[in-house]
Amino acid sequence: MSPILTIERLSARVQSRDQEILSKVSLSLERGEVMGLVGESGAGKSTIGKALLGILPRDVVITGGAIRYDGRDLLALPARERRQLLGAEITLIPQDPQTALNPGRRIEAQLTDGLRMKRGLSGTQAHDKALALLEEVHIREPERVLAAYPHELSGGMRQRVLIAAAFALEPRLVIADEPTTALDVTVQKQILRLIRSMQEAHGTAVVFVTHDLGVVAQICDSVTLLYGGTVIEAGPTANMLVHPGHPYTRALIDACPRYDRPDAGLHPVPDGVISAMRRDLSQRYGRPV
Amino acid sequence: MIVSVINRLVVAAITLVGVGAIVFVLLRVVPGDPIAMMISPGASPADIAALRARYGLDADLATQFWMWLKALLSGDFGMSISLRRGVLSLLAERLPATLELAFAALALAVALGLFLAVLGTLARRTVCEPLIDALNGLALAVPDFVWALALVLAFGVFVPVLPLSGRINPSIDEGFVTHFYLIESLLRLKLTAFADVASHMAMPVIALGLPLAAVIVRLLKEALKEAMVQDYVLLARLKGMSELRLILQEALRNAIGPTLALTGVQFTFLIGGTVIVERIFSYPGIGNMAVDAVINRDLPLIQGLVLMFGLIFILVNLAVDALAAFFNPRLRHG
Repeated sequence: MSPILTIERLSARVQSRDQEILSKVSLSLERGEVMGLVGESGAGKSTIGKALLGILPRDVVITGGAIRYDGRDLLALPARERRQLLGAEITLIPQDPQTALNPGRRIEAQLTDGLRMKRGLSGTQAHDKALALLEEVHIREPERVLAAYPHELSGGMRQRVLIAAAFALEPRLVIADEPTTALDVTVQKQILRLIRSMQEAHGTAVVFVTHDLGVVAQICDSVTLLYGGTVIEAGPTANMLVHPGHPYTRALIDACPRYDRPDAGLHPVPDGVISAMRRDLSQRYGRPV
Repeated sequence: MIVSVINRLVVAAITLVGVGAIVFVLLRVVPGDPIAMMISPGASPADIAALRARYGLDADLATQFWMWLKALLSGDFGMSISLRRGVLSLLAERLPATLELAFAALALAVALGLFLAVLGTLARRTVCEPLIDALNGLALAVPDFVWALALVLAFGVFVPVLPLSGRINPSIDEGFVTHFYLIESLLRLKLTAFADVASHMAMPVIALGLPLAAVIVRLLKEALKEAMVQDYVLLARLKGMSELRLILQEALRNAIGPTLALTGVQFTFLIGGTVIVERIFSYPGIGNMAVDAVINRDLPLIQGLVLMFGLIFILVNLAVDALAAFFNPRLRHG
C-alpha cells in the first residue's frame, strides 16, 4: 500500500525575520506507523506538525514542496476540502492538557463537538459514543467525567480526555505534539502506552513530535531526526538507536541520562560535533544553519 | 452556599448602617440649616425653635441618630422637610423612573459593547478594527453629561425629533397603577404611551449608556483577543467551527470575567451619573430629587436617598458575583 503521508522537499520561512526554518524536508509514513519527529528547540519539528494541520502562524510561509496525505496534496487542496479532512481524518493531541480544554465547558460538550458537527450525531448518540471513548482510554466513572469541568480533573485525566477526543472520529493520522511534556514522569509512561494501544487498535498512523529520545524508544516505529530545519537522519527506531549513522545522532543518544547507570554522569553533545554539522548543512543548503 | 448567603446579608446590613451613620453625621456637621431654608425671613426665634422641635432637630446628635435608626427599623424613613411627604413614598414614586433609565442604559451598553467587541474580534487585522478602536476611544473620553448636552443640541435643537425633558407627555393619561411607566405601558400594550415614554428616555439612556459601552468594548475586546489564541480555541478551530462560533462558544465565557466585574462597578457609577443626567433632562427620578434635596438641606430625604443608593450598590454587586459564578465554573464551589 502507498504511504498515508509523504512530505516532499518542504521548505518554509519566517517572513518577518527573513529566515528559512525548513529546508527541503522529506519524510514518509506508512499506514498505522508511529514516527518520531525528533529535534532540539528550533529544529523545525513543531513547524512540520503545524504545517500538517494547517495552523502555521501568519508569519510563516511555505516556500516549496508538497505534503501528500493519502495521495492528495494538502497544500493545494481547496480550503473546504481541507477543513473536511482536518479535525476528522487528521487530528491533534496537544502538548499541554491544562490549556487545551476550555475551562468554561463541560467535558461532554468538548468531547462531542466533532461527533455532532462532522458526523451529525444526535445528542444521545454522541453521549453514548463519548462514554465508550472514555472507557477506551481507561477513565473510571465516565459518566461523572462527562459532566465535569476541566478543573475537576487531574492533568493525566485531561490528557486521556484529549486522546479520546483525538480518536473520536476514527482519524487515519494523529499529530501528537509533545503530549507528555507537561505531565509528570509516572503519568508520562501511562499516556505513552495509551497512545500506542489506541493507535494499534484503530490502525492510526501517528506523527509523534518530541525532543525526548527515551520517549521515541518506547513508542516509535521509525524516527526522523531534525536539526536547524533539515533532516539529519531517518530510519527504523531500533536501527537508529543502536547503529546511529550521524555523529550528531550518536552524541544525542550518549547525552540521554541512563537510569541503569546513574554514576555515568551527563554527556552534553560536544561543540565540535555541532559546529561540524552546521558547517556541513550550511554548505548543502546555502544558508547559515 | 447558605453560609455564604448569610455572610453576604450580614455584611450588607453592616454596610448599610455604616453608610447611614456617615451620611447622618456628615449632614449635620456641614454648614446649612434645613429650617433656615423653609421659613420666611423675619420669623420669630420662638417659631424657629418650634419647627426645630417638630422635626426632632433640637436633640443632640447621638439621640437624633438613635431615633432615626429606630424609626428606620420599623419602616419609617421620616418626613421630607421640603416636600412635606413621607420619604418612603417619595422614593417609591421616583425610584422606578430611575431604575428604568439605569437598566435601559445598561441594556444598551451591554448590547452595543458585546456587539462591537465581537465585531472588532472578527474584524481583527482589517481596516474595521482601528476604526472601532478610534470610535471607542472617543466614547471613552467623553463623560455622560457632555454626551447629554451634545444630544440635546443634536436631537433637541438642530433636528428636534426627541422630547427635551420630562418622562411622559402630560396629555397622555393611561391611569398607570405602577410607576414603571415603560414596562407597564408595554405589558398593557398601550403602544402610544410606550413610544412616548421611550422617546423621553432615549437621550438620557444614550448619554448614560455610551461611556459604559465603551468600557465594555475596550475590556472585552482585549480579553477576547487573548482567549482566541488559547489551545482550546485552536482545537475547536481544527474541528471546523466558524470564527463567530469560536468567539461566542469558546472564547466569550472565559473572556467575560473581568468585563463583568468592571461593568458592575461602572453600573454603580452610572446610577450615580443619573443625578446629573436626570437634572439635564428634568427627568423625574431619584437623581433629580437628590439634587433638590441637597439644595434644600432636606436631611431625612437625603438620608433616605443615600441609603437607597447604598442598597442598590449592594444588590448590583450580588448580581455581578452570581453572574460571574454562572460563567466561570471554578467560582461555583466553596
